[in-house]
Amino acid sequence: MKWALNLRTVVAVTLLLMLVLLPVYVELTGSRFLLTLFTRIIILALAAVSLNLILGYGGMMSFGHAAYLGIGGYAVGILAFEGVTSGFVQWPVALVVSAAFALVIGALSLRTRGVYFIMITLAFAQMTYYIVAGLARYGGDDGLTIQKRSQFFAPINLSNKVQFYYICLVLLFASMYLIWRVVNSRFGMAVQGARSNDTRMRAIGFPTYRYKLTCFVIAGTLCGLAGALLANHTDFVSPAMMYWTRSGDLIIMVVLGGMGSMFGPLFGAVALLVLEEVLSGITEYWQIILGPLLLLIVLFARGGIDGLLGKVRHG
Amino acid sequence: MTLFIEQCLNGLQFGLLLFLLAAGLTLVFGIMDLVNLAHGSLYMLGAYFAATFAAWTGSFVLGAGLALAATLLVGMAVEVIAMRRLYGRDHLDHVLATFGLILFFNELVRLIWGAGGMSLPLPSWLNTPVRILPGVDYSAYKLSIIIVSLTVAAFLYVLVMRTRLGMLIRAGASNREMIGALGVNIKLLFTLVFGLGAALAGLAGLMQAPILTVQIGMGENILILAFVITVIGGIGSIRGAFVAAIMVGFIDTLGRAYFTDLLRLAFTKETAATAAPALSSMLIYLLMAIILVVRPEGLFPASSK
Amino acid sequence: MRRALFAASAALLFAAGPAAAQQKSIKIGFISTFSGPVAVIGNDMRNSFELALDHMDRKMGGLPVEVIYEDDGFKPEVGKQKTDKLIESDKVDFIVGYIWSNVLLASMKSAIDSKTFLITSNAGPHQIAGEQCSPYIFSTSWQNDQTPQAMGHYMNQKGVKTAFLIGPNYAAGKDMLGGVASTFKGRIVGQELTKWPDQLDFSAELAKAKAEKPDAIFVFYPGKAGVQFLSQYAQSGLKGQIPLYTAFTIDELSLPLQKDLALGVPGAQEWVNDLPNDANKKFVADYIKKYPGLRPSFYGAQTYDAANLVASAVAATKGNLSDKVAVQKALEKADFKSVRGKFKFNTNHIPIQNFYLQEPVKDQDGNFVLKTVATIVEDNQDRFANECNMK
Repeated sequence: MKWALNLRTVVAVTLLLMLVLLPVYVELTGSRFLLTLFTRIIILALAAVSLNLILGYGGMMSFGHAAYLGIGGYAVGILAFEGVTSGFVQWPVALVVSAAFALVIGALSLRTRGVYFIMITLAFAQMTYYIVAGLARYGGDDGLTIQKRSQFFAPINLSNKVQFYYICLVLLFASMYLIWRVVNSRFGMAVQGARSNDTRMRAIGFPTYRYKLTCFVIAGTLCGLAGALLANHTDFVSPAMMYWTRSGDLIIMVVLGGMGSMFGPLFGAVALLVLEEVLSGITEYWQIILGPLLLLIVLFARGGIDGLLGKVRHG
Repeated sequence: MTLFIEQCLNGLQFGLLLFLLAAGLTLVFGIMDLVNLAHGSLYMLGAYFAATFAAWTGSFVLGAGLALAATLLVGMAVEVIAMRRLYGRDHLDHVLATFGLILFFNELVRLIWGAGGMSLPLPSWLNTPVRILPGVDYSAYKLSIIIVSLTVAAFLYVLVMRTRLGMLIRAGASNREMIGALGVNIKLLFTLVFGLGAALAGLAGLMQAPILTVQIGMGENILILAFVITVIGGIGSIRGAFVAAIMVGFIDTLGRAYFTDLLRLAFTKETAATAAPALSSMLIYLLMAIILVVRPEGLFPASSK
Repeated sequence: MRRALFAASAALLFAAGPAAAQQKSIKIGFISTFSGPVAVIGNDMRNSFELALDHMDRKMGGLPVEVIYEDDGFKPEVGKQKTDKLIESDKVDFIVGYIWSNVLLASMKSAIDSKTFLITSNAGPHQIAGEQCSPYIFSTSWQNDQTPQAMGHYMNQKGVKTAFLIGPNYAAGKDMLGGVASTFKGRIVGQELTKWPDQLDFSAELAKAKAEKPDAIFVFYPGKAGVQFLSQYAQSGLKGQIPLYTAFTIDELSLPLQKDLALGVPGAQEWVNDLPNDANKKFVADYIKKYPGLRPSFYGAQTYDAANLVASAVAATKGNLSDKVAVQKALEKADFKSVRGKFKFNTNHIPIQNFYLQEPVKDQDGNFVLKTVATIVEDNQDRFANECNMK
């Protein structure tokens, strides 16, 4: 990775430092709510990072990514409800089930292109939503409270907010590193190439369908992990986690931050959620700004925050 | 048996309502190649306008008429201000921009009308049961929805099949570049088509308002169904939208009604009641997924490509 | 080094004595629904809470009161989020409100874990009365089953032999139908749970009921759904053919919209606006004065009581809210004048109270009002109390 001294790098590094030092700040000022807010931001940033792999780098516009949040979350929730509280069982199950869903959904969806791909991923996500909403035993639309968080061996205690925050942060960094390795590998280059011209890549000899499917599964699995974390964070899961408008929120984060960039999804998640908190304190009609803002970004600032930062050059 | 007839009528009524919504969507999609997620917002505006105008004028019918005109105007305004800049862009851009419009409209409605929602009460001459068959009473209002929707569908058919405008629409749906090359005023055509779609959405919204509800975000649920219908029927095809909408209406209504009973044979009433609507919804999405994999152009493709 | 300094200064702060822990004001978080068609219920609750605060000069135990109102948007996950915000960010001392049982169920863990006292002034899922009861959860309404149970008694009194039950498919709806089934001695020929809150078209369920030809139909549809139901009940031709028995379907908020359709349809309630005690007379009279054109509903009455309950506890503990056990005991005493007349808590913090039969009538001005017709049961206890092991 080339660490050029430009604004983008400075902002990214500052943000990373802030995130690492946040719990210290919270300890000194006693504003525990900040810790809760930023834990949520980290978890959703993880989901956005996973979406960025297929949307930003792979050019696959999946409108059903929130489904994996729900799948991961409900894996934890259902197991907890049935008495299996060990994280060593719950989290692998969440990952495996998410991967399985991603494999099936991806295999079918990737046969289509463009708007049809959007629609079919949406359809599958809605189907998952309805499956879960139809399970009376697990609360259906009312959702399911998780009485005890995922248990690991001591001294790991997810109910300790600071510990949980750092666990989420570590997982986020690990995922970002993983994505970086994938994207910069030969495999990742091929997928990016397929984004701009699929036919050409296939002509050269790359099995683009298989590559894209692999990316899809990786993205789904990571998002499932985010879902498991989210379930632990809120002690509650409900079908609303995977409603199609939630997928829209994730897409906004990725686009706002800058698609296909390393720190884009992180910028996007922080920006969107902090904006939400700050603006809703000022006026309850803040979303009236967000709407046209999105429109303007689409029209004029295609690279998102990352793009804007990159434009500022030193010297 | 009478129950079954009633359920069928309910399914037809719901399907026709969906058709009104989907027709506008498929036209815009087919002719302007524009994915408009904000279509549900126009549906919502139609209902809010109708509730407001009906309260002002004291007349349900007058209120509905004014609401249609208002929604048409809003639709055309949105096309000129926002949509024009999106033509020719990537579908992702459309999705994002129109998603932003949904947020904007939701907040705008909240600003103007408040958070509490509104109600559109029926005049008493519509709020009575009508004996359509011996032993079968059906709501007069729902019957009128069916009649109005069928009339509009017939009108659309005549418009698309028999008028010059309709010919331009069909040509545009099958080959966009051509009609531009032939010297047709594209800008005006697009504005009109978008406006027409908006009016149809507004009609659907105001018609269902007395039955369901008038509240912020009411378009989001039904928008998805409209998209599904568009895909199943074939993008740009009104005939496809009609057939698909009726199918979906029936599956949804009959599914909800009879799955519950079916499931109750094996499960508790609670499990059955929770699972039944989920199953019927899933069935619709499954249908769309199958069509997309097997016949992606839809049942009645409009495009010649 | 810095850590030690920090710890030392913290210790000093705490050593400064209980005066440092003394309240400057009472902060109350209020969760209800203020958007969508059911906003009218949330507004009624807010109006009543504000009226109660006016009546006590906006002070509890001598300390000024600050209320933060949050909207749950009728969604459990939003209600939970707002509850968390009130507890963690606003650091409220009490949480009041909750219309919907599913919202309450999703939110209560946060209150219990943080030892924040939660007074529900409407929702009454059986879980809070039974296995999930907690020293921190109190109710100034009822347990969901109690009201339909009373209606079941009444239906027995009226000699109803067969009944068809209809209600929404969520926590409270299931409780309601279960409650009727537990006291009704006749045969239940059918039950329908409808999708909530989306489904407002009940023609299918009404058609099924018609086909079964029961002696009576019991229905539970709060808010706008109640208006829709009565309208469709009339449209389907059942009005006059099969009598309706209701719980929470006709109230002062829906009655102005239901009008003639509601006349003669009985409902059970623990509070009717014409109950003859002084506190109630003042409440109703002042509500009408402060909010012209509106009348208080049972949602508001329960919330008015909740305000007075909290005030009584603050006064009894002299504002020292950090002693949680003392606050709990003070709340359990329920030493306040309820608009219901006599008010007492059961061991599971659910009220023991009377249930009345109410009927909508037209008064001499042509307004539709609810009238108490009879007392159905006295000092009714909910049926989940012995499942509660409160520590």
